[in-house]
Amino acid sequence: MRLLTHNMLSSNIKGVTNGFPLGIEVEKVIEKQVDFNPDFLKNMFLKIEWKALVDASRSLGYAELPEEAPDSSLIHSEDFLRKFHHAILELHLEEGALVCPQTGRKFPVNKGIPNMLLHEDEV
Amino acid sequence: MKLKQLESLLGDLQQFSNPKIELEQYPTGPHIASRLLYTAENSFGDVSNKVVADFGCGCGTLGAAAALLGAEQVLAFDIDTESLELASENAEELELDINFVQCDIRNLVWRGQIVDTVVMNPPFGTRKKGADMDFLCVALQVASQAVYSLHKTSTRDHVRRAALRDFNASIAEVLCELQFDVPQLYKFHKKKEVSIAVDLWRFVPKRNQGNGL
Repeated sequence: MRLLTHNMLSSNIKGVTNGFPLGIEVEKVIEKQVDFNPDFLKNMFLKIEWKALVDASRSLGYAELPEEAPDSSLIHSEDFLRKFHHAILELHLEEGALVCPQTGRKFPVNKGIPNMLLHEDEV
Repeated sequence: MKLKQLESLLGDLQQFSNPKIELEQYPTGPHIASRLLYTAENSFGDVSNKVVADFGCGCGTLGAAAALLGAEQVLAFDIDTESLELASENAEELELDINFVQCDIRNLVWRGQIVDTVVMNPPFGTRKKGADMDFLCVALQVASQAVYSLHKTSTRDHVRRAALRDFNASIAEVLCELQFDVPQLYKFHKKKEVSIAVDLWRFVPKRNQGNGL
């Protein structure tokens, strides 16, 4: 599961009002190379929840992103874009779990696929 | 990539070996899948360099087609573990890198405007009434640019009304009518194959969509 996906998923348990971002429990992280597409990244930068991405990438062992949401002039820096690219597209949580920030309930991630299916009492 | 080439690649994908009738699992054939994505890309530019989501991906045909036509990232959602395994194998076979998520689309909660385009061949609602409308409702909330979907031609007026009046679509357009060949998949199927008239729809959500997050 990429951090692009993590940046859009929220806990869907009934009654949860504060379901984003999901916490991350890591068992296995892998890296997969993806072609660098600066135009796509510049566009994506505007849609990303920055803090969630920084925290998530640190959970996966990558600490190169600036803590503060960079101002938009920085998106023209190739150095920055490459780090952003790496964090959002190339890091994968292969095994582990996503954790609801409000209830602590774990959504397992196996073979890179998060399982967001709810139990009957959570719907 | 030419339409014929796309159709041919999709034709090599594995289909369901044990389809589950209660989920209305029918593979989207290469003929329809290739035309849906080809139109989305060539007539509207809704695929290449975009984030495309395949809702109810099944064996992954539509998502694969999107990736083959240059989608930057493809997210594929399904409720069924076996479908996701099959779709993963299919993606690997074509050397495609697709993001899979297991969930019930009706209670997916997401943040933001990351998904540009949704493509789907939703269950028609023959088993679970209204399933197709549930899918359309969520698709129009998640997509920031466009939704491409297949619905039975016999439901055309109902679909249009629901999309425009209830699901916040600003545009609801039938792009063309296609024949969906349903092979004899299930025991209750009497005929070897039937052909159902389906509409290929393009919906555009009104601006400022989002789930409030």
